[in-house]
Amino acid sequence: MLRYALRRILAALPIALIAITLCFIVMRLAPGGPFDGERPLPPAVEANVRAYYNLDKPLIEQYFLYVGGVLRGDLGPSMTSYDFSVSDLLGFGIPFTFMLGFSAFVIATLIGLVVGIVSAVNQNRWPDYLLVFVVMIGVIVPNFLVGHILQLIFGVYLQWLPAGGWGGNISQLVMPITVLAWPHAARISRLMRGSMIEVLGANYIRTAKAKGIGERLVLVRHAIKPALIPVVSYLGPGLSYLLTGSIVVENIFGLPGIGRYFVNAALNRDYGLVLGTTILYVVVILVLNLLVDILYAWLDPKVRYR
Amino acid sequence: MVGFTGKDAVLTRYAERLHELDRSKGQSLTRDAFRRLRRNRAAMVSIFVIVFIILAALIGPLFVPWTVKEVDWSAFRSPPDWAKGHYLGTDQNGRDLLARLLQGTQMSLLVAAVATFVSVTIGVVYGAIAGYVGGRIDAIMMRFVDIMYALPYILFVIILVVIFGRRPVLLFVAIGALEWLTMARIVRGQTLSLKEKEFVEAARAGGATTRTIVFRHIIRNLTGPVVIYATLTIPEIIIVESFLSYLGLGVQEPLTSLGTLISRGAEVFEVMPWLLIPPAVVLVTLLLGLTFIGDGLRDALDPKDR
Repeated sequence: MLRYALRRILAALPIALIAITLCFIVMRLAPGGPFDGERPLPPAVEANVRAYYNLDKPLIEQYFLYVGGVLRGDLGPSMTSYDFSVSDLLGFGIPFTFMLGFSAFVIATLIGLVVGIVSAVNQNRWPDYLLVFVVMIGVIVPNFLVGHILQLIFGVYLQWLPAGGWGGNISQLVMPITVLAWPHAARISRLMRGSMIEVLGANYIRTAKAKGIGERLVLVRHAIKPALIPVVSYLGPGLSYLLTGSIVVENIFGLPGIGRYFVNAALNRDYGLVLGTTILYVVVILVLNLLVDILYAWLDPKVRYR
Repeated sequence: MVGFTGKDAVLTRYAERLHELDRSKGQSLTRDAFRRLRRNRAAMVSIFVIVFIILAALIGPLFVPWTVKEVDWSAFRSPPDWAKGHYLGTDQNGRDLLARLLQGTQMSLLVAAVATFVSVTIGVVYGAIAGYVGGRIDAIMMRFVDIMYALPYILFVIILVVIFGRRPVLLFVAIGALEWLTMARIVRGQTLSLKEKEFVEAARAGGATTRTIVFRHIIRNLTGPVVIYATLTIPEIIIVESFLSYLGLGVQEPLTSLGTLISRGAEVFEVMPWLLIPPAVVLVTLLLGLTFIGDGLRDALDPKDR
């Protein structure tokens, strides 16, 4: 188990490095930059600015300076918010985005599992059809549309919930979490429904029923655990979807997370911030995938020896 | 990178079953599939709806009394007004919304078609080469796919769009160039089993070059998964495009797309609801229809329940 975990960690390190390198190269290939204004800067000023951002050094040196900085947790200066470094800016946004992402993740996973099980048990009867329909909406309608519709219904017309913003009030999180969690819950419930139907048709379930074990006990004791395996393998990609999905949700509801910084940085061509945010996302997602893989190996011993 | 529409799961399951195919039933596989598709009511209705939307987007502008470039100086922010020929109203600049909607649908469909073509081409060629050549090259090529899978690809689309400007052509290519991973995996798996078949051996014995075998013999036998993949990729790309446009990173004025229209409409929904509802309805209809067609095709081509 430990060896498996170590092997996975060692395999993830080069991926992180490749991703960082890729981001760096792509960013430096970019034509134009944040300093190309309407009016050209005086040459002396421009030279100073370039020196400040290390842009005057050879590319390879810039690369090593940058990677060295990243390893020390320094993502360089922001190129549009002059008073802050990228790490500062991300530091403001990270707690919020993670709080949002993880609450949505937990809620969505629980709801998805329950919905999947209820659907599978009532296969092809009305609760199943109803749930499949609700799930379908979550998968097909883009989340920015769902977000606006909810905002209008509950925020503007009914005025039950605040339409946006963040002031430490839990009610402000209800809609963002719903929008973020819906597609995730939908996909989990689809997976769970499928694998649950498969498991319920298995011989050992029939045996358990034949022994006279009650319907509910068969479900809890024998069916749910094996049905969970495909769901667990989806949790890693699912989490990364939630974290990147929060980009849209933060923009719709005006929430102060890293997703908003990312979009603003992209619009303002703040390369430092875009690069830093991407690297942060990549690293977080790699770590989460790693954790899910290890969890998976722990659940299903076959995986460890592949 | 698990798809928005869950196509990865769908496709993997389909590919796993593909080897169960036997063609000695006397009826052509394609004809059989068509017969089964025609019996699927949801898919048939969807095909009509999608064809209608495509035709409307292509030739509709000829029948609309206003063009995209005309400004009606007497009707700014006008709700639907049949007398003047503004069947869906006008926007803040006095442009006819129906004309804009058709233009936007055209753009969304165009992005989807080109990006799907790019992603399918890259995926098929990459997968077929990796699978056919095998050995170390295969291992390296697939390792690269694994790395790409682990990265949050929407961020890369955003980076590419930021760097290379927001020109539509680049948008197509950027989205397409990052959507091919699943296709490459499936095609590689299929190629591995196809290359052991007698007809490949016969071709090789007949003196065919590797290139001929890959492009003429192997890729031709992959029509099923490629068709399913393409239909399920189109809605996914429409979502990605509208997501980017929604964030202001996609199609720019004076061009428009469904995502751009929704984003503009959402800003003013409370006072001008007619600007949001039509593009939202078209987008959702398009996504629903394409998903039903994809599911229907998969069921029709899926050998298991014959």
